[in-house]
Amino acid sequence: MTAITLDYVRKRAEADAKTYGYYLTPQPDLLQSFLEGLKVNEERYGYPLCPCRLASGNFDYDRDIICPCDYRDPDVAEYGACYCRLYVNKTVYESKQLPDVPERRPLEKQMRAYGAAAWGKEEKAEAAAEKPTEAPKPEAKKPSEVKRKLWYCKQCGYVVFRDDPPYICPICKAKRELFAEIESKIEYNG
Amino acid sequence: MQFSKVSGKNNTHKVTLYALSTCVWCKMAKQFFNENSVEYEFIDVDLCDEKDKQKIHQTILNKGGSISYPTTIIDDKTVITGFRKDQLKEALGI
Ligand code: SF4
Repeated sequence: MTAITLDYVRKRAEADAKTYGYYLTPQPDLLQSFLEGLKVNEERYGYPLCPCRLASGNFDYDRDIICPCDYRDPDVAEYGACYCRLYVNKTVYESKQLPDVPERRPLEKQMRAYGAAAWGKEEKAEAAAEKPTEAPKPEAKKPSEVKRKLWYCKQCGYVVFRDDPPYICPICKAKRELFAEIESKIEYNG
Repeated sequence: MQFSKVSGKNNTHKVTLYALSTCVWCKMAKQFFNENSVEYEFIDVDLCDEKDKQKIHQTILNKGGSISYPTTIIDDKTVITGFRKDQLKEALGI
């Protein structure tokens, strides 16, 4: 495997920004920090996980937050920047004013990645700790399996194979609603 | 769970920062506290073991926060999600 260099990470981000008509964050020191974060994550997990988010370490559960994440396109469209503010649109780039961008990643994906037990189960866990004779405290729910499907864009015909369709078609920019599932019997192992 | 403590002159509040070692805005938060001489403790959650991650998630969610970094908890009750300078200044009275 070739070593991941900062230069490689930078060039990849620059190329991606260019392809999609975005800009990289206008502040050089911030940009450097983002690229370093991506590099560390790629070395640590084997994929460039979003530097501003916590990995689960399980590729299937982290896939939506591998940079560029699933949420970048809708976030740039709505706020002018991605959640981290690594990718920005022209207006933000020129104004140098970075907007606040809330987390768009749905709760269900967070729960799947980090274990549902953290959500609303502490009371029961505490009660169990106080009264050790009671039933054992609830185990973390087994995260639902990731099921990949084929999706196609009704507007341009672009096809993807993933658990859910993109928010915005990377080819023709159609919204998620324009994606439909292709019924098929493909067996996928791996 | 190993928190790093940073002392400062502004020590009237208990400030706990949940951060990621790779996250730019978490670094900015640390820098902000350092520059304003705010006493705080922080932990880089991505470097914790799974059990501590779970505990940290529960703490943040229990206090009404969300799993988003940086998260700052002031005096065990006020939760500030993200690096929001004005919110931090207001909560800390600086
Ligand atoms: S929020 Fe920005 S930096 Fe983070 S993964 Fe998405 S596109 Fe990359």
